[in-house]
Amino acid sequence: MAWAKNILRVNLTKGTCTNEPLNMEWADKYLGQRGLATKYFVEEVDPKVDPLSPDNKLIMTTGPLTGTSASTAGRYSVVTKGALTGAIACSNSGGFFGNEMKNAGYDMIIFEGKAKTPVYLFIDDDDARLLDAGEIWGKSVWDTEDWIKEHHQDPMIRVASIGVSGEKGVLFACVVNDYHRAAGRSGVGTVMGSKNLKAVAIRGTKGVQVKDYKRFMEATAAAKKVLAENAVTGEGLPAYGTQVLMNVINETGALPTRNHQTVQFEGAHAISAEAMVEPRKSDGKPNLVRNGACFGCTIACGRISSIDRTHYTVAERPQYQIASGGLEYEAAWALGAATGVDDLDALTFANFICNEQGYDPISFGATVAAAMEMYETGVIDDKVTGGIELKFGNERALTELAELCGRGEGFGAEIGLGSRRLCEKYGHPELSMAVKSQEFPAYDSRGIQGMGLTYATSNRGACHLRSYTVASEVLGIPEKTDPHSTEGKAGLVKAFQDATAAFDSSGTCIFTSFAWTLEDVAPQVDAACEGEWTAEKLLEVGERVWNLERQFNNAAGFTAKDDNLPARLLKDAAKVGPAKGLTNQLDKMLPEYYELRGWTSDGVPTNETLNRLSL
Amino acid sequence: MKVELKLYASLSRFLPPGAVDHKAMVEVPEGTTPIQLIDDMKLPRESCFLVLVNGVFVPPEERNTREMHEGDALAIWPPIAGG
Repeated sequence: MAWAKNILRVNLTKGTCTNEPLNMEWADKYLGQRGLATKYFVEEVDPKVDPLSPDNKLIMTTGPLTGTSASTAGRYSVVTKGALTGAIACSNSGGFFGNEMKNAGYDMIIFEGKAKTPVYLFIDDDDARLLDAGEIWGKSVWDTEDWIKEHHQDPMIRVASIGVSGEKGVLFACVVNDYHRAAGRSGVGTVMGSKNLKAVAIRGTKGVQVKDYKRFMEATAAAKKVLAENAVTGEGLPAYGTQVLMNVINETGALPTRNHQTVQFEGAHAISAEAMVEPRKSDGKPNLVRNGACFGCTIACGRISSIDRTHYTVAERPQYQIASGGLEYEAAWALGAATGVDDLDALTFANFICNEQGYDPISFGATVAAAMEMYETGVIDDKVTGGIELKFGNERALTELAELCGRGEGFGAEIGLGSRRLCEKYGHPELSMAVKSQEFPAYDSRGIQGMGLTYATSNRGACHLRSYTVASEVLGIPEKTDPHSTEGKAGLVKAFQDATAAFDSSGTCIFTSFAWTLEDVAPQVDAACEGEWTAEKLLEVGERVWNLERQFNNAAGFTAKDDNLPARLLKDAAKVGPAKGLTNQLDKMLPEYYELRGWTSDGVPTNETLNRLSL
Repeated sequence: MKVELKLYASLSRFLPPGAVDHKAMVEVPEGTTPIQLIDDMKLPRESCFLVLVNGVFVPPEERNTREMHEGDALAIWPPIAGG
């Protein structure tokens, strides 16, 4: 129950689609989505595989609650070996695609091999077929989704696809569904493109069964009440979205600015949630048109935005004079504070392009920031950039590069390498603000110490969605800790990592965790799924998943040396704000973290730990 | 003395006239505490969740004793999150 108990295996080399039963023994140990798909992936794929070779696999995966009436239960993930990172990748997305996939009767779709020519997978419940994508190869995500719906004469089809950036090998390409929701990080879209797989289009009408309907309705209703009555999930996120963080993080002196050269941005207010709801001087309309919700979500944090029609980015281009997916905090930071650009319309345009052409705005903005530093210090010049004056704060450079990167052209193609490869190419690897080749999101770990450990140990490279200690260190959820102290942070990071892995394996959104604990999730899973599911068991699943991902990365060649931060964060103290004088004290946290994890001092899970977790 | 008051998100509506970018300079007696200013501005105490003086969090138990000084910045948010 809850699980469809059905996997679709798509061999792109042979052109076959076959069903196989879900391994229920594994489902009991790994639950679903991130956990269960990772189990399948590590069992089937050589950790040393080249991410872009046909031998890499890519799994689209739902959780047991996906497609049910639980709040936020529309999630799916894409699991593969990341093109950007070479590490295990699991990128999670909302929207409506995950629900459609589950309602078509699939827990996961495993893609293997490589198609000879571009194809897309079309699923109409039990009917799964690979179809020729010749007409949509070279099209954007938006045009691809439109074309598929028109071609099949069904506007209810849900589509997940790659844009031109994913076809052209931009290493941080996403898989985008429902026009502007994305499995965004680590280059999962690049892997999809390497397989000549343009899109997955699904119509699902079979419904999702749960174990105990009455108890499930009671559990989900109680959990929705918790979300509604919580000030964050019931009021703050729907009204202001994640962007409400911009001024908070700036005030606390942890807003990485101009490639992490400093920690406060003078233009933060101009690109914040508050600015998004204020009337523009030009036309009197605000950037924010409305909020938006993914399938089944009772929070509705999404932003739907428009750009001033007289703005240089869209004045001559009516196709962008629309209401579409607006800035979330991480994107606003990467496109804005990281590059020193404070033009809200320019950032919104760049964000539209990221959605349209399917690439990660975090890695893009952070890589542009690194390139800007190289340009301003004379490492690269106009010849390299193709004449683009790549100075911090130049909004026209940002938007031009967004379009070039989306098409994989000119210096945009070099930006598509990501900051680690780009900075190495020009002899300055120290300017890449990344861990395991993935760029940092929007929190400077000099001002939020726990985030340094979070980034250093994240299994998919620098990421805030693996252990969001910002919640505790800055926002006071579930309880306030001192962001400048390292004390207790090893335990805090481990607790967040394990709980997050459990949420990510359930089919619900991690944003519920601002109000829910695993005590709120467990009754929903228990009423939906076979077996007995308690908060303790879910936490054990999370810890098992974390260690499984770690084992894969270790086997792929990562070592404790990769659990590190750029020297800038470890040696160059913050120059301003409350964290002035501080560096990140990773060395004080990492040994304790390894010990709490039950790993050796080299970061390897001990046999005792593996036995305890049945790994 | 003058301190800078910054109110964000749903607390923005309590900003005094003339505030720019959600900030306003306000005249208060020397040694004013965050709670005194919160009450003076008629801010609902239960909505003042994140209270920062010069960017540093002031715990609820210190908000009535932590004295502010000339030029300090008091920034306040209701419960919020993101990511």
